[in-house]
Amino acid sequence: MPELLQFCVSGLTVGAVYALVALGFTIIYNASDVVNFAQGEFVMIGGMTTVFATAAGVPLPLAVIGAILVAMVVGLLLHRLAIEPARGASPVTLIIITIGASIFLRGLAQVVFDKQFHSLPAFSGDTPIRFGGAAILPQSFWVLGGAAVIVVLLWAFFNRTLTGKAVLATAANRLAARLVGINTSFVMGLSFVMSAAIGAIAGILVTPITLTSYDVGMLLALKGFAAAMLGGMGNPLGAVVGGLAVGLLEALGAGYISSTYKDAIAFIVILVVLFALPGGLFGKASVERV
Amino acid sequence: MVWAAPAAADTIKIGASLSVTGPASFLGDPEAKTLEMYVEKLNAEGGVNGKQLELIVYDDSADANKARTFATRLVEDDEVVAVVGGSTTGTTMAMIPVFEDAGIPFISLAGAVVIIDPVKEFTFKTPHTDRMACEKIFADMQAKGLAKIGMISGTGGFGKSMREQCLAVVGNYGIEIVADETYGPSDSDMTPQLTNIKNAAGVQAVINPGFGQGPAIVTRNYKQLGIEVPLYQSHGVASKSFIDLAGDAAEGVRLPASALLVADKLPDSDPQKAVVTGYKSMYEEKTGLPVSTFGGHAYDGLMILVEAMKRAGSEDPKAIRDEIEKTSGFMGTAGVVNMSPEDHMGLDLTAFRMLEIRASDWTLAE
Repeated sequence: MPELLQFCVSGLTVGAVYALVALGFTIIYNASDVVNFAQGEFVMIGGMTTVFATAAGVPLPLAVIGAILVAMVVGLLLHRLAIEPARGASPVTLIIITIGASIFLRGLAQVVFDKQFHSLPAFSGDTPIRFGGAAILPQSFWVLGGAAVIVVLLWAFFNRTLTGKAVLATAANRLAARLVGINTSFVMGLSFVMSAAIGAIAGILVTPITLTSYDVGMLLALKGFAAAMLGGMGNPLGAVVGGLAVGLLEALGAGYISSTYKDAIAFIVILVVLFALPGGLFGKASVERV
Repeated sequence: MVWAAPAAADTIKIGASLSVTGPASFLGDPEAKTLEMYVEKLNAEGGVNGKQLELIVYDDSADANKARTFATRLVEDDEVVAVVGGSTTGTTMAMIPVFEDAGIPFISLAGAVVIIDPVKEFTFKTPHTDRMACEKIFADMQAKGLAKIGMISGTGGFGKSMREQCLAVVGNYGIEIVADETYGPSDSDMTPQLTNIKNAAGVQAVINPGFGQGPAIVTRNYKQLGIEVPLYQSHGVASKSFIDLAGDAAEGVRLPASALLVADKLPDSDPQKAVVTGYKSMYEEKTGLPVSTFGGHAYDGLMILVEAMKRAGSEDPKAIRDEIEKTSGFMGTAGVVNMSPEDHMGLDLTAFRMLEIRASDWTLAE
């Protein structure tokens, strides 16, 4: 069974990135009902900024912090300049705005950075760890560990802090939240900033394995969105499970069935799940009260 | 034409539609720079047949529809006498009918063998074909006694086409493909496919037709999985950025490529040395960027055209076409070009050098 283990390791590593992108979707969706298709661009900004900062001589830890801050600023600007002015617009309009923002950020990255692929050195070496016949890159542990830490921190934030509870309250009912004195505009801005930071961290952790370029965000947004749908849009636990599941499905599909249909296999399974469980794996049946 | 500006009669108009931006910008960008640089140089040296060259470059962003529109514009509005360019096979194939109908000689800079096979009257090309890359690799494997191989190909245009060419010629070398895997152009993890290749019985080498970042990830995953047999890449990775991206994992990778990559390492006796070092130093000096084989294809195309115009002594497209077809013994960055009515590329396998990556640099493996 060494190949099964290898497929699982590969799938979980890629899946962890999908999970973080899906988490970003979920946070913004909960707070503002916006499906933010520029989520993949945060991943790109994280990776590319770190690459260019280290190339300019900035030490890696500083470059990482800088890249996360840059992504957070971009996330805030996205909310303030594109989403906030269109408040009250229909969800489709808001989705179109985020797609536009995604195209804009990609174009901007071409100009600010360049059109080449880039890599970062692995944080703790390139020597693979042999485990039960499978070869695991040390960077995979960084990705999986990073994702786990983010999930725990998010859980603590939502359940243990007042601000986190304000976000949850806004997600549950925006009007009621405003009535009890929660600044919902601030909460929405905060959700964009948090999503941007999570996306950027994903991009930084995964760049040593998968490389990065100005246009990696598009595919990641698509896979992350699929993961969020699979898990149940708006459910953080669902986002994580959905992301890991999509990654695993892809790896197992490529390994056991055919690499030609790798992407198709993942999407077919997602379609099947959504047919059977329209709300996704962890989705709550939404109730319209009249 | 009576209304033509008198100044226009003193210039020779050459057209180009290149993918300067977009997904194939790494092809079109150095090509456009090369054409502009050398047209300027030729004009400074007195032009061609006593006239100045006028270069008209359009950017088709690797979009076949745009390329076709620009081809029509080059013929009808700009009235060019010849065209160099078409960075990708897709844009080239879209433009061919326009130039064939108009009777304008067209020297393509794209790779696939379909451009010149079957032969079209006015269409030529300068880069090696993917079939030649397969043949060069298989000949090297045969010489080393490697008979059972695994193949992992990209599913993008280049990888797909080269995979088909490799499958078509592999039998001629007594080599059997025991594992045949693929990956998408933007995939970021190929370990499942490589695990299958690693577990295929009797694999003695692996070949990776592909392009872009995919081959770099394949090379990294190859090292990760500890696969010991030789890895062959295609000429699609023949740029310095591949070595940077693949890092230490690139050590020992073999690939067929143009002599341009090892210009400084060629022995002085090599007949190609003067051409490739000349082009390399001019390009690197003027642009400050490392030379790529793709810009070299544009150099070859322009020089073949200019020599044909000199021999023809006129700007008549038909006369230029006839002279391009008679090109023989032309030494370009891709190799010696000997064209004929049956061969509108004119390169043979000697044009490819087998390289090996050692100490993060290209070295001649032969």
